[in-house]
Amino acid sequence: MAQTGAIGDKIFRTILLLAAASILLIVVAIFYMMVQNSLPTLERFGIGFLTGSEWRPAQEEFGALPFIYGTLVSSLIALVLAVPISLGIAIFLVEQAPIKIARPIAFMVELLAAIPSVVYGLWGIFVLAPFIRNHLGVFLQDYLGWLPFFQGRLTGIGMLTAGIILALMITPIITAVVRDVLEAVPTTQREAALALGATKWETTTIVLGNAASGIAGAVVLGLGRAIGETMAVTMVIGNSPQISASLFEPANTIASLLAANFAEATDRIYLSALIEIGLVLFLVTFVVNALAKLLIMSVGGNSSSSKHV
Amino acid sequence: MESKISISNLDFFYGKAQALFDITLEIPERQIVAFIGPSGCGKSTFLRTLNRMNDTIPIASVTGTVMIDGEDIYKAGTDVVALRRKVGMVFQKSNPFPKSIFDNVAYGIRINGIHTSKADLAARVQKALADAALWDEVKDRLTTSAFGLSGGQQQRLCIARALAVQPEVILMDEPASALDPIATQKIEELVVELKREYTIVIVTHNMQQAARVSDKTAFFMLGKLIEYNPTQKMFTNPDEKLTEDYITGRFG
Repeated sequence: MAQTGAIGDKIFRTILLLAAASILLIVVAIFYMMVQNSLPTLERFGIGFLTGSEWRPAQEEFGALPFIYGTLVSSLIALVLAVPISLGIAIFLVEQAPIKIARPIAFMVELLAAIPSVVYGLWGIFVLAPFIRNHLGVFLQDYLGWLPFFQGRLTGIGMLTAGIILALMITPIITAVVRDVLEAVPTTQREAALALGATKWETTTIVLGNAASGIAGAVVLGLGRAIGETMAVTMVIGNSPQISASLFEPANTIASLLAANFAEATDRIYLSALIEIGLVLFLVTFVVNALAKLLIMSVGGNSSSSKHV
Repeated sequence: MESKISISNLDFFYGKAQALFDITLEIPERQIVAFIGPSGCGKSTFLRTLNRMNDTIPIASVTGTVMIDGEDIYKAGTDVVALRRKVGMVFQKSNPFPKSIFDNVAYGIRINGIHTSKADLAARVQKALADAALWDEVKDRLTTSAFGLSGGQQQRLCIARALAVQPEVILMDEPASALDPIATQKIEELVVELKREYTIVIVTHNMQQAARVSDKTAFFMLGKLIEYNPTQKMFTNPDEKLTEDYITGRFG
């Protein structure tokens, strides 16, 4: 005899299982499609595709290294700038600001996240690039010009500009996640610190210790966004496949290359090269996320209270 | 007997709602004073006025005076950080930091710069753990996470953490309410033991506990202090009808 609702539960479970399986299926399908379509260059260049630094489609020369370099460096600049600012905003909002001030600021941060990426790009071209060319770049060259990062010609278009734009774009997401994480830290942790004679700063370090794994997660989320961001970067990075120590030099990222060149990639080998570099982006994101997960796990092992309480 | 803390005419407000009414009370040095009363009677709120922990609530306000060693702790310019070092606190739910057992106890010593050397720090941590009757249970696992301890051990760790900064007064907010009877008994024995060196104020909803550990008991209801007497008298021959009704379980 069938139990009441047994069939219903079975259908329900099957639907859920299908939903969960679809995610796996999509990932596998994308991966398969990309490998399949990049076979011509995979077979022709092998590992040289990744290590080559020349990108000349007309001569059928495809080296992806400048784009991998550009993607990683621009994202790194973005993180270096955005993480401290985001942490500062989030700590201020949760630990310091009275609610009357915290609300509007939190609202503004969320608003920043809603601005379309092409608008960031326009702002980058018309405001940030001239500012770097005429002020920030000049300042950096005057005082830190002996560093290889700040040498070369100042055009305002290049790696640094892209990094700054990316920093602006990932600040809202990192801030929002860190804010949620800090709010989730139990009040009793703050009170414990205060009751021992801790100052505001010392109490905050206790809160941050509690939130460490969540903060790492927020940073990863930001990194993921920065690596994949396309439109704004294309508009300000200069789209030049070169590897230069100078942050003022134009560069290019994988996402930006794909966006700018897919339409004109008519012959088979060029298209294959673009799909293969897309595959590289896919894998880079994958590796970054995996590394970050490991990091989070190592932090969470001895410092996440959420697991134990 | 010398008064460690003198509270006079204390009123406490959450915004416009008054939570404590005109409380006047003397807490003698090196004695245990218990606060009892039904839930929401203001006993925890009152306890938290004694180390200004209510400062963290933006809408809270206090009138009246709280003198500790003759100093009004609500006077403008009071060093709240120094006050809280002098008046330690143990909370209802144990709240160890996500650190090792050693680092939990060392935390207060480090931030207040009490120790003179690494060896001194270790000695202080050991003494605090010993005073909290925990040393023997944890001496072989000092570097492991505090979350690996049982509930009762975590609470004694929190007591050790509070003792480590050498306070003079220890406020305890229902320190055993989340523990089983055996762990509770250990905490109670510890509290009585600590009386030799510290002035202790303990909030409890457990009347037997108040009767067992305290020298004096204060009974609160609806934000008012109803009666304050030696514990012996309070539980055998209270002055107030309300106290008798509460203690005998006629309400509460």
